[in-house]
Amino acid sequence: MLRALFEKTGNAVYISHLDLMRLFQRAFKRAGLSLTHTQGYNPRPSVSIALPLSVGVESLCELLDFELEGEAISCEEIKSRLNSTLVDGVRVLSVYENADKLKNLALLDCEVYLEYDSGVPEDGQARLAALFAQPSLVLEKRNRNGVTQQNIVTMIRSLEVNREDDHTIRLDARICCQNPTLNPMQMVNAIERYLPELRPDFARCRRIEIYREDEKIFR
Amino acid sequence: MTDLRKRILPTVQKPARYTGGEFNEIKKNLSDVRVRIAFCFPDTYEIGMSNLGMRILYGVMNQMDGVWCERVFAPWGDMEETMRQNHLPLWALESQDPVKDFDMIAFTVGYEMSYSNILNMLRLAGIPLHSDQRKDLKNIVFAGGVCTFNPEPLAPFVDFFSLGEGEEITQEIIALYDCAKAEAWSKDTFLQEVAKIPGIYVPSFYRHEYNEDGTLAAIVPHNGAPRKITKRIIENLDESYWPTKTIVASTEIVHDRANLEVFRGCIRGCRFCQAGFSCRPVRKKTPDVLYRQAVETLEDSGINEITLSSLSTSDYRGLKELTDQMIPYCEQNRVNLSVPSLRADNFSRELMEKLQTVRKSGLTFAPEAGTQRLRDVINKNLTEDEILTTCINAFSGGWNNVKLYFMLGLPTETDEDVLGIAELVYKVIQAWKEHAVNKKRGLRVHVATAYFVPKPHTPFQWEKQITPDEYLRRCKLLKDHFYSKSIEYNYHEPDLSRLEAVFARGDRRLAPVIEEASLQGARLDGWDEYFRYDIWQNAMKKYGIDAAFYTTRGYAEDEILPWDTMDVGVNKKFLLRERKQAYAGAITPDCRHGCAGCGANCLLKEVQCDA
Repeated sequence: MLRALFEKTGNAVYISHLDLMRLFQRAFKRAGLSLTHTQGYNPRPSVSIALPLSVGVESLCELLDFELEGEAISCEEIKSRLNSTLVDGVRVLSVYENADKLKNLALLDCEVYLEYDSGVPEDGQARLAALFAQPSLVLEKRNRNGVTQQNIVTMIRSLEVNREDDHTIRLDARICCQNPTLNPMQMVNAIERYLPELRPDFARCRRIEIYREDEKIFR
Repeated sequence: MTDLRKRILPTVQKPARYTGGEFNEIKKNLSDVRVRIAFCFPDTYEIGMSNLGMRILYGVMNQMDGVWCERVFAPWGDMEETMRQNHLPLWALESQDPVKDFDMIAFTVGYEMSYSNILNMLRLAGIPLHSDQRKDLKNIVFAGGVCTFNPEPLAPFVDFFSLGEGEEITQEIIALYDCAKAEAWSKDTFLQEVAKIPGIYVPSFYRHEYNEDGTLAAIVPHNGAPRKITKRIIENLDESYWPTKTIVASTEIVHDRANLEVFRGCIRGCRFCQAGFSCRPVRKKTPDVLYRQAVETLEDSGINEITLSSLSTSDYRGLKELTDQMIPYCEQNRVNLSVPSLRADNFSRELMEKLQTVRKSGLTFAPEAGTQRLRDVINKNLTEDEILTTCINAFSGGWNNVKLYFMLGLPTETDEDVLGIAELVYKVIQAWKEHAVNKKRGLRVHVATAYFVPKPHTPFQWEKQITPDEYLRRCKLLKDHFYSKSIEYNYHEPDLSRLEAVFARGDRRLAPVIEEASLQGARLDGWDEYFRYDIWQNAMKKYGIDAAFYTTRGYAEDEILPWDTMDVGVNKKFLLRERKQAYAGAITPDCRHGCAGCGANCLLKEVQCDA
């Protein structure tokens, strides 16, 4: 099995998880790289992307696992062939063997941008820092089984509140991304619920880096 | 800070529809561009990106030096609402620039029920709806596509129509515009000149006069406009432009596969079918050219499915030669080859078995009518025997799924014909019981009935449409005679088909109705979620339009028809003869058994009709 580390930025952030898989399947084919196929009634090229990314979220650290058939091709070659045929915003950063086991993926560094159209409110930075310093911020989480209560603070390993510019606050957070998983946008939901006067006019988010439980970079 | 559009995109469904940026999208440097064209498809991205004509013409226009053609689609309801709330004008995908910045705004119109989308898109773009409100050369609005074979309901909105196949005429139009823009012509001068291009219809150059009973009294051309406009065709398809470098959508579209058009025209002559007559004469492509184009398209796009398209692919003479080449390639490269609209003959059965090695697809028949008598009336040369033999073959080959499509309300149809559908379905079920090799999964027979819509340029162009109540009675009658649990029966809702009939044979007096309906919120009428018949009823009422005039009334054979100006090659004498044959229950053999003399071969100068 091979793994590609790739980024998803710009207009590509609007491509959904399933569409991105199909996009990669076609890009491999265009690049003259034959993916192995699943067995069964309707054989499908085997590609999988770890940690599905919500539509609209940027990432610099996405992982794609795949397997090629036929003669071996160097990782560098695979990377350059893919990049020559991918769409703007999807770019392979590296391709490698001996990938870490996905079950050891635990933490994610992310940036959450909070935009205030009439300027960052006074004390905003300090009040946000105080909010996330609380021992408990309980939010509703919707999943297949209905609605559950979730204390998001236990899933935030570290968090800094920074001023990006006059209109924007940036949260730099290291959060749990697998068992349990915190959707970074829940931090925005926490602000809306517990500090409604600091509700941003727009919030966006991007993934920066992923780690193992021991905080070493996950590859 | 994040701009408005980027703030909106994450909040709407399937935002990738609005951003462009797909593989093979064409971008140009504005400093090299003299003519900008917004190519609008009056439906959603998923539908429009599945349209072959749009893909061809996108390539044709962008091959032209100094011309940049970009795509525009109708936004889905959630996006439209957000655009209106935020005063965001409709934009084109490639540059993301507002449509009103473009020189020319082109529409391709393939479905009457997309008329409201055309107006809605113009309104979203901030472009005046009426041709005479757009005074300048900028924002010239023109349209092509099958609906332009009777474009009258759109007459006041569109500056000119381009009739027939667009590969050549579109280049002529744009070259003229390029010149007009460079020399700063007035819009009037441009329209005067563009009308001289064969195949161009400028509706403002024609006056329609009516009798007291509402029928047309005269169509009077002025400004030197020709009495008849003859559609354009491409004679040599092998040499004609074909898009082998085509946009690969980043999000799923309706027909998410590569497309190979094997020939144009149709030899069959089913009397209800507009395409069957209006796309004549028959012109083929050679298997070698097709194979080369298929391989180029597949390798360039990375798509793993290709379909051989045409109006009746079994009738393609080179089908064996082409599939003999393609099947090994497809197997080797894990490409799924799909061959739609196969007829129930021996070769097709063999081919079906061969295709099965790649992937097993469904079995679909369109007998259209339930009895042989009625099938003879509509000239659908498909016998019960052929249907059952093919079913038996398929069932013994492991298929357990059949789709059967019919129409209700065909000319001369009686209850006996309606019940004939139930009988035919029952026989299919019997065939399964006797021949299925694997009965564990059970049989599914999907039956669908559509409400017959008489279309211009067909032998049934004068026919009455039955009333919606009568249609529903026949649906119910049929439903009451389906006893098996294997049958899944769907019927089209009558309101939409009634409106489709109104606009298909409509005249200019319908234009205010479309405008009013659009102002009252009609759009995306082809989508159940959005179709609102009440808006259309109110709009018709407001302008004193009676839908019955265009539907249940029927048109007299000596009546001047709104689409008499449009010449698609097939002449009226032939259509009248075919109509008589229909009422006599007599079939007209397909064109390969002898030319029936439709007249379409007159459009050819260099090659012979390949029927």
